[in-house]
Amino acid sequence: MNTQLFALAIFDGVAYAALVFLVAVGLTLIFGVLQILNVAHGSFYAIGAYATASLGGMVFAAGFSPYLAFPLMLIVAVLVGIALGGLIEQFLLKRIYVKEGALQLLVTFAVFMILEDVQRLVWGVQPYFESSALQALGNIKVLGITYTVYQLIVLPCIALAVLICLRLFLRRTLSGKLILAVTEDREAATSIGIDADRVYLLTFIVGAALAAFGGALASATTSVVPGMGADMIVLSFAVVATAGLGQIEGAALTALLIGLGRSFAVYLMPELQVLVPYLIMLLVLLVRPQGLFGIAQARKI
Amino acid sequence: MKKLLSAATLAAATLLGASAMAADKPSEVQIGITAFLSGPASVFGEPAKAAAEMIIEDMNANGGIGGVPVKAHFVDEGAGGEALLAEYRRLVQDVKVDAMFASISSGNCNKIAPLAEDLKILNLMWDCGTQRIFEENKYRYVFRTQANATPEMLSTVLYLLKTKPDFKTIAVVNQDYAWGRDSWAIFSTALKAMKPDVEVVAEFFPKFGTPDFSTEISRLQALRPDVILSTSWGGDLDTFVRQASQRGLTDTSTLVLPLAESSLERLGDALPAGHIVGARGDHYFLHPEKKDDAAFKAFVAAFKDKTGAYPIYPVFHISQALSAIKGAYEKAIAANGSQWPDHEQVVDAMEGLTFKGLGREVTIRADHQGVEDQLLGTTIRADGYNFAVLDNMMMFDGDAITTPVGQESIAWLSTLNADFMNSVKAEEFKH
Repeated sequence: MNTQLFALAIFDGVAYAALVFLVAVGLTLIFGVLQILNVAHGSFYAIGAYATASLGGMVFAAGFSPYLAFPLMLIVAVLVGIALGGLIEQFLLKRIYVKEGALQLLVTFAVFMILEDVQRLVWGVQPYFESSALQALGNIKVLGITYTVYQLIVLPCIALAVLICLRLFLRRTLSGKLILAVTEDREAATSIGIDADRVYLLTFIVGAALAAFGGALASATTSVVPGMGADMIVLSFAVVATAGLGQIEGAALTALLIGLGRSFAVYLMPELQVLVPYLIMLLVLLVRPQGLFGIAQARKI
Repeated sequence: MKKLLSAATLAAATLLGASAMAADKPSEVQIGITAFLSGPASVFGEPAKAAAEMIIEDMNANGGIGGVPVKAHFVDEGAGGEALLAEYRRLVQDVKVDAMFASISSGNCNKIAPLAEDLKILNLMWDCGTQRIFEENKYRYVFRTQANATPEMLSTVLYLLKTKPDFKTIAVVNQDYAWGRDSWAIFSTALKAMKPDVEVVAEFFPKFGTPDFSTEISRLQALRPDVILSTSWGGDLDTFVRQASQRGLTDTSTLVLPLAESSLERLGDALPAGHIVGARGDHYFLHPEKKDDAAFKAFVAAFKDKTGAYPIYPVFHISQALSAIKGAYEKAIAANGSQWPDHEQVVDAMEGLTFKGLGREVTIRADHQGVEDQLLGTTIRADGYNFAVLDNMMMFDGDAITTPVGQESIAWLSTLNADFMNSVKAEEFKH
């Protein structure tokens, strides 16, 4: 493996990690605050992708600029977060916070199954493809290999921006600080007057919107097909578990680790490509069962 | 004398039995059809279902099968193996269907073939491609009404060698499951047998349903193979072709896509001119021999009207299975002195049956494998279509390229050589 291939593998790995991070970070945020492992997160991703691809198709067919794709992605993400995430939190999850973890998992799984069928009803089964945003930005040649600007530059920048904004939001704004307080200790936070219900709702909406945003960004690079949500949720779980549940910066580093591992596998041993994320997860969890950045929690009585 | 007498009695009894065998004409002929109506492979199941409904409606308007109307029950293959087998049993044992059409997935065909044999139900494998079923087992009740993976891949190799004889290097990007692996085994065996100097520079088997081929594409750009094979289908194929063309890989390598006939319309302008496309048989909405045929044109128009898309190969496959079942009943009725046949008589009629769906005629061989001609072409851009269509088409004779009865495909393919390539006739057609 020469330096050229080494560099190429890094570019590919970073571009892939960016998308994985965007989805995983929403999942880990929701877990950190609500202590719910939300399987329906995969549906938010898929619906974000479907909505962007189908709405985008209409907008561009009407002759509008392909650059409108970017505001459209944001709008779709916010709408999915509020309309779908908000409703699910209010009418379903809110009732089961006190129940066992297994039941919560089953409920979000049921929501996931229902939403899979909703996608089939709304968008049918034919693949959608809407890459105007990616095409508008053109290609760039690096070391003799053609990359799309969208994947090589835009996606990693957006992922980095999301990471920074999320950090600033949590550490510097009032809402963010409230979220952190509830994450740290719900009972204590409630006792000093923090409205935990509102914090839960806000977190779930933000988490869902992040998943939809990930889907919206992915829709420009890939075919939007039935079942895409299931694949993404499995990979996101691997990232979140490896990083340690609830760890945002950890999710970023782990996504990068898994992205690089996967691309180096394609260059060196393509047979291992599918296995790499799970091998990394296995190795990490063997050594650190709480994840790379997870904190071993003292059991509360 | 006593012996002779008893032989005569037996003969008489057999004759009597035969005439008494005429079953009562049922109120309908019921067919169970398994197809993916959910999951990624529903890109095949949904068009096939729509086509089955149209064809059956048309059949029933024209007297059904021997005057009996046809009724179809659809089963979703996407529900998973266990659910599929349970539903299959229910249709055979409770609903008492007269025949089953199963299935799209080769994995499901592998499970269903022995089950059909147990249940003694006529089963037409209407879409699955695995060549192994009739090479490894003998069945009485199971038939395949189209070609299998071997002629599909072999014709692709032949087309490639005839149109691009000087290529040196090849890479493969197939889905990581039975079809992706098996099709590459067949393709590479045939290729190495007929052109031993070809170098395989990369073999990629990305996960089924993978959303991103960026890394493979970077690697392929660095390797610059003359030819890139992908037997992928559906969303996976669309994604690969789009990402490849976005990044200019389609300018430096020739893509060979044996299943891309089913993606042409969806791919739009993402698939440029000059790449090789197959159709799993002579399945093409602009079939060179049928595109001016009034009935064919009417069907294509009606299908486009109903579903919003041009018919793709599963539509042709289901038309073949329906035509085969109709043909088998008619043959059995004729053999039974115009009386309605029983189930076993219909099964008997399947062997050697020749029938015609939307494409050319197909014949069922002694090992129950259908012999079907194969169509391949090279993409061009043509007026009237906002997606790539086929030019420089070749039609390969099914008899020459289907593994002989009783032989195993990989062993047979390794015996081929350059003479074989020259011996297979290819009829040529332009767009």
